[in-house]
Amino acid sequence: MMCRWWRCFLFVIWVLALASTPLWAGNYVVRLAVTVAMYTGLALSWNFIGGFTGYPSFSTAAFFGLGSYAGALAQRAGVPMIFAWLCATLFVGLFAAALGGILLRLRGHYFAIGSIGVVEVLRLLIASWGSVTGGGDGLNVPFVTGGPDLVARIFLAAMLAIMLVVFATTVVVDRSRLGFGLRCIQQNEDAADMVGINTTTYKIAAYTLSALFCGTIGAAYASWAGYIDPNESFSLLMSIKVPVMCLLGGSGTVLGPVVGAAAFTLLEEFFWAHFLDYNRAILGAVIVVLIFFLPGGLLRMPYRGLFARTVRAWVQPKAAA
Amino acid sequence: MSTPILELDRVSKAFGGIHALRQISFALEEGQIVALIGPNGAGKTTLINVITGVHRVSGGRIAFRGKDVTRQRPFQAARRGLARTFQIVQPFPRMSVVENVAAGALFGGAHGSMGEAMVAAREQLAFTGLAEFADRPASALTLAGRKRLELAKSLAMKPHLLMLDEVNAGLNSSEIDGALALIRTIARRGITVLVIEHVMKVIFSLADRVLVLHHGELIADGAPRDIAGQQRVIEAYLGEKFARRITRTGAND
Amino acid sequence: MAYLQILVNGVVLGALYTCLAVGFSLVWGVLNIINMLHGSLIILGGYLSFFAWHSFGIHPLVALPAVAMLLFAIGYATQLLLINRVVSEPVLTTLTLTFGLDLILYNFMTVYYTATPRRVTLDMGAVDFAGIVMPVDRLVAMALALLLTGLLYLVLRGSRIGRAIVAVRMDREAAALMGIRVDRIYAVTFGIGALMAGATGAVFAMLYPITTNLTTTFLGKAFVVCVIGGLGSVQGALVGGIVLGIVESLAGQVVGPQHALTVGFALMLLLLLIKPTGLTGIRGYE
Repeated sequence: MMCRWWRCFLFVIWVLALASTPLWAGNYVVRLAVTVAMYTGLALSWNFIGGFTGYPSFSTAAFFGLGSYAGALAQRAGVPMIFAWLCATLFVGLFAAALGGILLRLRGHYFAIGSIGVVEVLRLLIASWGSVTGGGDGLNVPFVTGGPDLVARIFLAAMLAIMLVVFATTVVVDRSRLGFGLRCIQQNEDAADMVGINTTTYKIAAYTLSALFCGTIGAAYASWAGYIDPNESFSLLMSIKVPVMCLLGGSGTVLGPVVGAAAFTLLEEFFWAHFLDYNRAILGAVIVVLIFFLPGGLLRMPYRGLFARTVRAWVQPKAAA
Repeated sequence: MSTPILELDRVSKAFGGIHALRQISFALEEGQIVALIGPNGAGKTTLINVITGVHRVSGGRIAFRGKDVTRQRPFQAARRGLARTFQIVQPFPRMSVVENVAAGALFGGAHGSMGEAMVAAREQLAFTGLAEFADRPASALTLAGRKRLELAKSLAMKPHLLMLDEVNAGLNSSEIDGALALIRTIARRGITVLVIEHVMKVIFSLADRVLVLHHGELIADGAPRDIAGQQRVIEAYLGEKFARRITRTGAND
Repeated sequence: MAYLQILVNGVVLGALYTCLAVGFSLVWGVLNIINMLHGSLIILGGYLSFFAWHSFGIHPLVALPAVAMLLFAIGYATQLLLINRVVSEPVLTTLTLTFGLDLILYNFMTVYYTATPRRVTLDMGAVDFAGIVMPVDRLVAMALALLLTGLLYLVLRGSRIGRAIVAVRMDREAAALMGIRVDRIYAVTFGIGALMAGATGAVFAMLYPITTNLTTTFLGKAFVVCVIGGLGSVQGALVGGIVLGIVESLAGQVVGPQHALTVGFALMLLLLLIKPTGLTGIRGYE
């Protein structure tokens, strides 16, 4: 596999490419770059709990949404923007640590359902707590002053900065004791226990890491969009898209989420622009193709002999029957 | 008389209505090789699970090196120096053999860094004869190899007490001899060993002492020769009628 | 409102929820797959029933068997051709696959039927019994729901296929060793799941306006019923459905109808943490 520095190098090149978009492209492309950076951050975050630890979490929207509301409310209370984001990050991190202690007792399907349940309960709570959160009408966030070009650049810088931080965290965790322990848990949780890993603490750490930056991104998104509402912030679609992006690139790897988020976001944008009516169906088709033909993700594809293998994979089902 | 390394005081475990362990009491001295035998379903693996904290006891006390560990969790047992292997091997399938052992060294053996853990892991692999497989995935090993991997992993945890759950099941005669030699070397290093076994050869050639479990009760505790003649033991394995017949014949010798 | 009325409302609702969830529960319990298509299949059944009535004047009760069979065929084919390939994969893979398929179905339904709510309007009046009022169409719906559920129960217990399904649910490998063609059973089970979903949708179309916006709501209810009641059995779906129906009915009274949904989900989360196998204690897979 690639050596550590090569991966970091490629990543930095990609960040620079995204950062340079204001110089050579119009606002549309810059906004697209912001979206790519945002989803890359989310995918890298999910990677901690889903990729490294192997727990299929669908809570991304819960943390994103919570972060966006926390950030929005802080800003409305007069807190300066960046501080609001930091508050949101802290809040979401604490929430995840507390929730994780309870939720991570579940495994497999039940954990997945529980994580979906969290998104739904939060969405419904926020939607009904109108006095504080504006309920179903949504919440307005104080705008950043400046023309559209400047605003786009500011948020591009912000999302890229967050993306860098999450990536750096991923690299550090990947090489650390924590990363090794999480991989052990993923491959055999009982054996990990017996070998001396405090699986509870490790899992909670992974879950908290997966939530932390989603909170930051949510808060930043709220400031960027200027308006949030419960259905958009706690969207189950996002909670499923993000793991799919990770799977697309290769979950559990360091660059996988980066590749996957970029590929998926650009594909989605392409289909939205050209096939508006059917864009969901095409997204669905992309997912189906991904599941059948790219089980390990783009980065793990054995590119040699690909065609023969594809045909064989179709003819021989993976079912245990 | 030094403190026994492991002490069980009237330990019981019930799963709903099933009494898997009843009032088990014994003490292991440091440096012993002890065999734990009994027919299938007697509760041997349950006993190991209860000692390492996989199951919680329904009653009684467990002390390890003088410390009360009745309510410990498995990872705490590992860190304290209580290691065990599994009857059905439990590797980390997608990691390499050396990484598997390094996991034991890093987390259980409390080595400081990954680098140190890998060095210690390679030592253990050399000791158990798996050095040539070090960088292959764990899933590529044969059953005998995986059993050795389990052993290497447990040793990397720097245990004071090592519990081997049917480490010889599924091995052929020469493989068993190899395993026996390994276990003797381990014991010579000062590690107390508890083996769950069905293979008589192992018990007789290895163990200083035998504990016999039947329906969750400890029915015999002593040297191998003495145990083999006891009526209750034969009864447990072969049934009442046969046991009576054998002991009568034996008494006539 | 009298508590008895709330209770009765809850039970009627509960019967509908049971029928809604039993197919989902079966698929989860037997195939170990969380079928994200379930909500959309319900809506599909509703739409088909509506258009049979709207375009051809066919009464929903007559259309019901046809809709059910059609959905069965769709489910069977989908499972055999697509889902079967990933049936042993972990939950992330299978859930994502069914989600992807759902996106496709959802999109086509939205484009074809548009989001305009459709409703079969049958005016059957209401019944008044000992002070409890119940619209007749709801009673009919409840009866249908219970009938369908009962039929499924009988099929599972009595027929060869039914027994095979239960066998596969208990032990996949052992069933295969007994000569049961597991992939066929999977297809049949999924087909039954789709059938029950479509039938429920057809029943719903008589009561409420059908629109694609409801797919997630129905799916959510199916989740909740399964967790509360227990997976893979008709009894589980029945217990879960009735409990959810009563809880929602009560919650609707106490905290208002818009919060009733939240209460349901919160109850589900609570049960996941205390007793994930549900009130009947029948375990699904991990």
